[in-house]
Amino acid sequence: MTKSIKGMTFDFTITAILIFIGLITIVPFLYIVVVSFATPSEYIQKAGAFIFPSKWTLINYQYLLSTGAFVKAGGNSAFLAIVGTLLSLAVTSSFAYSLSRKRLRGRKTLLMLVLISILFNPGIIPPYLVVKSLGMINSIWSLIIPALTSGWYIFLMKSFYDSIPAGLEEAASIDGCNDIGIWVKIILPLSLPSLAAFGLFYAVSYWNVFFNAILYINDFNKWPLQVLLQNMLIDSSTSGGDLANQIASEQEMPKETLKMAAVVVATVPIILVYPFLQKHFAKGVMVGSVKE
Amino acid sequence: MQKAFVEARETQEVKGKSSFQSAMRDMLRDKYLYILALPGILYFLIFKYIPMGGILIAFQDYSPYQGFLASKWVGFENFERFFTGSEFWNLFRNTMMISLLNLVFFFPVPIIVSLLLNEVHNVKFKSFIQSVVYLPHFFSWVIIAGITFLLFSRTGGIVNNVIVMMGLEKVDFLTNPDYFWIMLTLQSIWKEAGWGTVIFLAAIAGTDPALYEAAKMDGANRLQQMWYVTLPAIKNVVITLLILRLGHVMDVGFEQVYLMTSSAVSSVSDVFETYVFRMGVKNGQFSFTTAVGLFKSIVGLILVVSTNWLAKKFGEDGIY
Repeated sequence: MTKSIKGMTFDFTITAILIFIGLITIVPFLYIVVVSFATPSEYIQKAGAFIFPSKWTLINYQYLLSTGAFVKAGGNSAFLAIVGTLLSLAVTSSFAYSLSRKRLRGRKTLLMLVLISILFNPGIIPPYLVVKSLGMINSIWSLIIPALTSGWYIFLMKSFYDSIPAGLEEAASIDGCNDIGIWVKIILPLSLPSLAAFGLFYAVSYWNVFFNAILYINDFNKWPLQVLLQNMLIDSSTSGGDLANQIASEQEMPKETLKMAAVVVATVPIILVYPFLQKHFAKGVMVGSVKE
Repeated sequence: MQKAFVEARETQEVKGKSSFQSAMRDMLRDKYLYILALPGILYFLIFKYIPMGGILIAFQDYSPYQGFLASKWVGFENFERFFTGSEFWNLFRNTMMISLLNLVFFFPVPIIVSLLLNEVHNVKFKSFIQSVVYLPHFFSWVIIAGITFLLFSRTGGIVNNVIVMMGLEKVDFLTNPDYFWIMLTLQSIWKEAGWGTVIFLAAIAGTDPALYEAAKMDGANRLQQMWYVTLPAIKNVVITLLILRLGHVMDVGFEQVYLMTSSAVSSVSDVFETYVFRMGVKNGQFSFTTAVGLFKSIVGLILVVSTNWLAKKFGEDGIY
């Protein structure tokens, strides 16, 4: 009897600690979401200290989405997430597939090429100078092409393709398919679930791209969302015009609720794909990327 | 039949090495396979290997107008300037402090959370908590930094507003250099500690259930089972990850530090990468900052390779 009471206390303590951890994680974000639906005047009046707005409003979102620069940056990021992901998948999959074929001459050399690139990082400046000399500065492609694929993902995808038996290709090549045809007609459909998993991870990283953007993009019009957000959310002396201040002063409103709405808009796509992401990494598909 | 075919190919791969002709024949046969590999090969050559060659400008006084070939070679001058300059020790100290705080305070958190999650029997509750704590991993650092500023800023931030309501003095969470490192550590824990449990939970899942049965027979309660069964079961993974983490002690997340920096805290926030970014990309000192980056990469490479060797020695699989 005493044992079961002890057991119950143990379970209760564990549950309580985990609920506490969960709350710490999610409450700051939930607070931002809720307050983004409050009127700016209520925020000022209550000094931000409320959990439930007395009046729910979309006014912050209206101001935000009527701001050309914000919509433009969102469009740039959507372009990156869609076009970038498709290109990344194509390059990663085709390279990983050919590396998985044992008959390929020079396969070991190519694998070494990829491995060394993971091990040795040339720093920030040399890649910057390469992108610069290719004339890609201030082009949206500078956010896609220099980040087209990743050595880690190539190794992970290759190990998936390793398990595809050569016999499957034999059948197709007897039917008159060349290797490209086999890749398109057999390999891609066969690896659709793993492509979906890699695609989601690529899409999230394109949506979240920041470092390459401050490195390669100076033109206000070509900023992806994260750079615009930095300009808007973070009072930094380094970045010139503070967009939130600008909208706020135009609308004569405080900027906090507006900033919160911006945080929500920028995270909605992540929240939307999150259940699918979770399904994939729960299977352990991406354990390799965790190690990184 | 199929097996014989594969074997034949493999032996051909071994024997054919001597013969140039058969190599050419194989390559011609696999030409479409090479076409598939081509975009990837070009990517690695242009964006990984040309930059590796570009490291040579660390030994030059490189000027973009003169180009690589015409720029003057200066030997180790850039390195000397860096090591004898006033910035070096400051950058080194900041990098080490941020890394060590991370090691001491961040590293144990995912282990503890994994142990707790492992004790939950209600599958729905467990996966709900997992969903919640994994989520911030997928938010960008801009979002995380943005939320931090919204909550902790001196003017208008909710935390300081509440502090004032309680009749206390405002706290400069973001602009006081004394708080910068610990704010950074707490921020990392908030964003990544949940995600960090993935690997430990995978390790715990591999524990032999018979061990728990045996422990129960011996009268171990659940806390004792946690201590004497679960923890030893993941001990190897923990030590391996700790060793590998030490290999990355020079790597401090650029985005996080860059976003949280302000002029008020720059004396404690400047790390190698932010220094390279400011002096190189913004001020155009390409050769000097390439030398700084090269120093960091080489130390990083030595650390990664040796800690990986150590981890393998220890009996676990390294990553490479």
